[in-house]
This record gives sequence, C-alpha cells and structure tokens, in this order.
Amino acid sequence: MAEAAVAREAQGLQWTKKDLLGLEDLSAEEIRLVLATAESFREISLRPIKKVPALRGKTVVNLFFEPSTRTRTSFELAAKRLSADMINITASASSLTKGETILDMVRNLEALKVDVLIIRHAAAGVPHTIARQTNASVINAGDGAHEHPTQALLDLLTIQRQKGRIEGLKVSIIGDIAHSRVARSDLWGLTKLGACVTLCGPPTLMPSHIEDLGARVTWDVAEAITDADVLMLLRIQHERQEAALVPSLREYRLRYGLDEARLRSAKPDVLVMHPGPINRGVELDSYVADGPNSVILDQVTNGVAVRMAALFLVSGPPKVEE
Amino acid sequence: MSEGKLLISGGTVVDPSTKREGRADVLIEDGKITDIQPSIAARNGLRRFDASGKLVMPGFVDLHVHFRQPGREDKETVETGSHAAIRGGFTAACPMPNTSPVMDHRGAVEWVRQEGQRVGLIDVRPIGALTRGQQGEELTDFGELFEAGCIALSDDGKPLLSSLLMRRALEYAKVFGRPVIQHSEDTCLSAGGVMHEGLVSTTLGLRGAPSESETVMVARDLALAERTGGWLHVAHLSTARSVELIRQAKQRGVHVTCEVTPHHLALTDEAVRGFNTLAKVNPPLRTEQDRLALIEGLKDGTIDCIATDHAPHTAWEKDADFDAAPFGIVGLETALGVCATALIGPKHLTWSQLADRMAIAPARIAGLKDHGLAVSQPANLTIVDPAAAWTVDPASFASRSKRSPFAGHRLTGKVAAVIRHGLVAWDASA
Ligand SMILES: [Zn+2]
Repeated sequence: MAEAAVAREAQGLQWTKKDLLGLEDLSAEEIRLVLATAESFREISLRPIKKVPALRGKTVVNLFFEPSTRTRTSFELAAKRLSADMINITASASSLTKGETILDMVRNLEALKVDVLIIRHAAAGVPHTIARQTNASVINAGDGAHEHPTQALLDLLTIQRQKGRIEGLKVSIIGDIAHSRVARSDLWGLTKLGACVTLCGPPTLMPSHIEDLGARVTWDVAEAITDADVLMLLRIQHERQEAALVPSLREYRLRYGLDEARLRSAKPDVLVMHPGPINRGVELDSYVADGPNSVILDQVTNGVAVRMAALFLVSGPPKVEE
Repeated sequence: MSEGKLLISGGTVVDPSTKREGRADVLIEDGKITDIQPSIAARNGLRRFDASGKLVMPGFVDLHVHFRQPGREDKETVETGSHAAIRGGFTAACPMPNTSPVMDHRGAVEWVRQEGQRVGLIDVRPIGALTRGQQGEELTDFGELFEAGCIALSDDGKPLLSSLLMRRALEYAKVFGRPVIQHSEDTCLSAGGVMHEGLVSTTLGLRGAPSESETVMVARDLALAERTGGWLHVAHLSTARSVELIRQAKQRGVHVTCEVTPHHLALTDEAVRGFNTLAKVNPPLRTEQDRLALIEGLKDGTIDCIATDHAPHTAWEKDADFDAAPFGIVGLETALGVCATALIGPKHLTWSQLADRMAIAPARIAGLKDHGLAVSQPANLTIVDPAAAWTVDPASFASRSKRSPFAGHRLTGKVAAVIRHGLVAWDASA
C-alpha cells in the first residue's frame, strides 16, 4: 500500500508487534502510527471500487466466542477491502470448558495456516493466551472487561478528525466503567495521547483503584459534562441489575442518562460518542444520539479504516517469497 | 525396624520444642531417638548420615493438602501426594475431605488412612467433612469421624455459611477437643471473583474478590468461637485485617489458631499480570501490604503455622483461560525453599521460628504426639541445607501436577533428606 507506506515513513517508525492485544501495551508513537495508517486507508472506503490488494493471499479468521454483529462485520469489511481471504468462526465459549482447550483450538487453526486471528471472548485474557501459543498474528476484538483496542483506536481517530487534536482535550467517559473494556482501552489511549480523562458513574459501576491509572473520577454527571470536549457514553447492560449495581434502569437514566437538558449544560461543540449498540432512553436520549453533536455514525465509518490499519500492520511488510 | 541404628552427624540441631539450637549428633535406634550430644562417636554397625553444614529439624507437618483421592486420581493420589510431601520435608500431611465421594463418613476416611499406610512414606491424617456432602446443611457424625482418625473437620473448598450450623459445630466439637477448620469466605461478597479486587484486577478487567469477603467471615467466626468456647482454626489467611482480628481475639483468650500458605507469604496479586493462571488461588494473592502483615503475624505468633494448601490440578485445566481455570496450585515440594527465601533471607524469621511454624505448631494443632527432637521420641526429622540455591523445575515434581507459579524461581534453602521412623525416607543426593 503506497499510502500506508507513506504514513509509516512519515512517522519514522516501523510496526514491530506480532499482535494487537491492547492499548496498555502500545506506546504513544505506535498509537499515532495506527491512526496515521487508518487515515490513509479511510479514503479507500470512499472510492466506488472499495478494494486494494494489500493483503492478497493472507487468510484472516474472525474467531468470535461472543456474538457481536457490529465488530465482526467491521473486521470482515476491513479484511475484504484489503483483499484478504476471510472466514468467520462462531464458537460457543462453553466448548472450551468441555474438554477442548484453547491450546487444542489454536493447534487446529495453526494447521489451517491462518495468518491473522481476530478474537472476541467473554473472558479477559483469552486473546493474550492464544497469542502466546501461535505464530499467527492475533487482534483482540474485545476480551471480557479487559480491552477492546480497535474500538479505542476508532474513537481516537474520530476525535482527532473532529477536533484536529487529542492532546489537551477533556474527555468524559460516563457509564458502567467497571464492566467496560471500551473504557479501559479508551483510558489508555487517551491518556497516552495527552487528553485529560474523567470517568463518571455511580460508585457501584466504578472499579477499585481506577484513579491510579490516571483518570479523574466523579459520581456527579453535571461535573463530568461541564467543560468536556468529548462525552463518551457507555452501554448499561440490563443484566447488571441482577447484581444490584444500579437499583433500576429508570433510576440510572434519571441520574446519569444524557438527555437534551444535560446536553445544554455542555460546551456547544461537544462531541457525543457511543461504542454501540445504544440503549436508547437509558444512557442516551434519542434526540441526543441523533442530534448535531453526535458522531456515532462517524465512529462506525472510522472503525473499518482502523481495522484495515490493524490488519495491515500486524500482517507485517510483504515478505519476499523464498 | 531391623535396619537398626543410624547416626546423624555433623549437623546443627534446630528444635524449638526442646529449645535446642546448636551443633549436635543424633543417634537413632529402632526408629526412636536415643541420644543427642554435641558429639557421638561412630561405632561398628552404626550407619552414619553426614549432616555437615545442614540443619536437623523435626519433620514438617502440613495441615492442609488436597490429595484428590478418591475421585480425581488424574490430579493426585495419596501415593503421588505422599511422594511430593516427603520430598518437601513433610513427615505428616492432612488431606482435606473435598474428595468424591466426600470424606464425610467412616469408610472414606479409613480408606485414605489405610492407603497412606500402604504407601508408607508419611503419616496421612485426614480431615473429615464438617457437613454431609459438604453441603452446609447437616453436620456429619463428628464422633465417628474422629474415631476413624480425623484430626479436625472442615468443609474446605467452601465455607460453612450458616451461622447457626457454625455455632453448633464449634459447640459440639468441644466434646472431642479438636478444631473446626473454616475456609473463611463470604461467597455472596466474592461471587464471580477470580482474583484480589484491586488495581491489578481493574487493569486486567477480571472480577475481583474483595479482602472483606474473607474478613467478614473471620469476624463472624471469631464471635461464634468466643461465645461457644469452641476451637476455631482459620485456614489460609490472606488479608492484613484478618491477622489483626485474630491478634485481638487471641489477646481476649478466644480459642483460635490459624495458618498461612507459602504463596501468600511470597507473592502478591502482581503475579496474576499476563493472566497467569498459576497465580489463581483461593483465597487470592493480595497486596504487598497484606503480604507483609501476614509475615508480621507469623513472626509474632498470631499466625500459628504454615500450611501449603497443596491443590493439584491437571495441566489442561490450569492452561484454560483465567476465568475458567480452577483455583489452586501445588505447594509441597516448594514450601521450604519458598519460605526460607521469603522469610529467612530477609531476616523476618529465624530457622528456629520457621521450624516451629512448619513442624512443631502444626503437629500440636493436628494432635500428633511426640513431635520434636527429644530422646525416646519417634525419629521423624527433616534435614535442610540452608545455603543450597536451586531453581524450581516443576517437571521434576513427584506430584502429578507439574504447574507452579514458582517455576524458574531461584530459591535458597532446600530439603536434603528426611528421616521417618528412623529410616532415610528421602535423600536428595541419592
Ligand atoms: Zn480453602
């Protein structure tokens, strides 16, 4: 890819990692390299013929142990626009506990000569365990409440495109921080690129010691909204109610939901973001989700570009045939 | 014991039960210690074991092991567990009853005791279940279990949650003068937790079990022990607050004893980073502050003894993802090295204190008589090379489980040999 090569050149940095497992492991320079690469790929999706031969001959597998139409589709489009061969495997997480160990599964995929494994699993650390046991590149597409690096990278790309920078911006992430891999990856990415991050939610949804990772924590949504350049809302999961984390969804909406009135207290040019899928009327009012401050659909578009960049970078420079 | 006489010569005897610590030779005849003197002359017909440069201690006793038999012989058996124990310097070990079937009746207990005798390497002294099937609903027949050879009762693996049953258990066990061992965990509070709740669990996105899931249960049980006068033994302490609660309770005269594992003395939740399932144990590895409080408690006697909670699992189970992998690691073969490195090296404990915490105190709690290096007592002793530096290689374990968080760790202090009933039962140099 000429464009990507240019982007790489511009950064003066070569990608050296086999895998993309999380933003905790990436330096600010590596994050900037992914964003620059994504920026150059973004244009491809705007062409009438949305395809380049960058990964022709490479085999990419979507290995999803947890259903996720959005992320899976985004990766699939990214791989196809780079001309990779793509297959989808939807495995049940329980198949691993019923005797087929992760190691067995990896050995099987290894035998199929796969180049890149994209892994989504409900348990934290599964992509990391697999990455250690295979020569294939692994991209983490979300592991438990741990990390979701491509989501954070697409968030960063969206903010950078809209605001022209990330450094010095005030970003508030509002919602279920405790169970959110998106919040963790965004926190790593944003702080590494110099943004000031505020995490907001009730104490029941705030993981212990999170402030030690460099975030400001508040339970007061008004405080999180005032002065923010970006508001990132997280999905509140219905099933969380069982563990008595919030008394009810109604209570949550009244205390923490972003509605028109709350949005009025924000900066006029504040960006409203959400990783999707949205619980309309819970964490985000429909008016706000579809309103002028919302960049939620830009996030979706940028997601494909970021995933193309991730696939391209972990696949490494084209190898000379022996 | 037809092999007759054995002279352990040139070693330094470290025996807190007789307060002896110094150069001495030990003469053993017909399985019993018959003489201890600064120097005993070699005679004809006397086999000699050269203990020069080594420490001669009473045999270690482990109050908390899982030998998995009957039921999970793929993880461990009484036989493989006995081999692991003797290599670790243990002459006695107490298997927990969470077997299949559960050791909640005479037959299962007697079978395990007899299997231990058949193997003949160590003294296998089972712990019986506290409730039928470890279901936490009905007490077992305590008298029958003690008659069958149990040294204590416990539902280890899980806590006894019912406060009423715990009260009754502590009351009724008084008849037999034996302890009720509690795995202290409020499982409502720790539900779903796979590691200590703190910065590391937050960073890894793993569900945490808060320290309080242990301490609230310790506090409750101390209140019940205080009321009933029953003997409470708290298994595998992990938090600073639990140590403090037990220290205060002991000052008030509550009949409580407790134990700590080598891994809680040596490691913290930092060991979990990288999703290391070998650091997945219950109770979880906690913070450095907790670790130091456990060492302080062990030093001042608040914590009576070290017990390994040797909990073997198969490789394929431990190699699963972090949420799915079972809790527990093996500990028998690394206990002395890990404890010496974590406690003696940094001068937290003396060798005499370590011998007390690994041999004398647990023997007293288990009710094993005549444990110590005194004339006329059974010759069960462990010979330690305090200066030997070695690297842990789980592939060499006698245990069926070859997975350890200490793999590759460099340790100082190694079991050189074990004498049981006057015979050399294990010799590392052989
Ligand atoms: Zn236990």
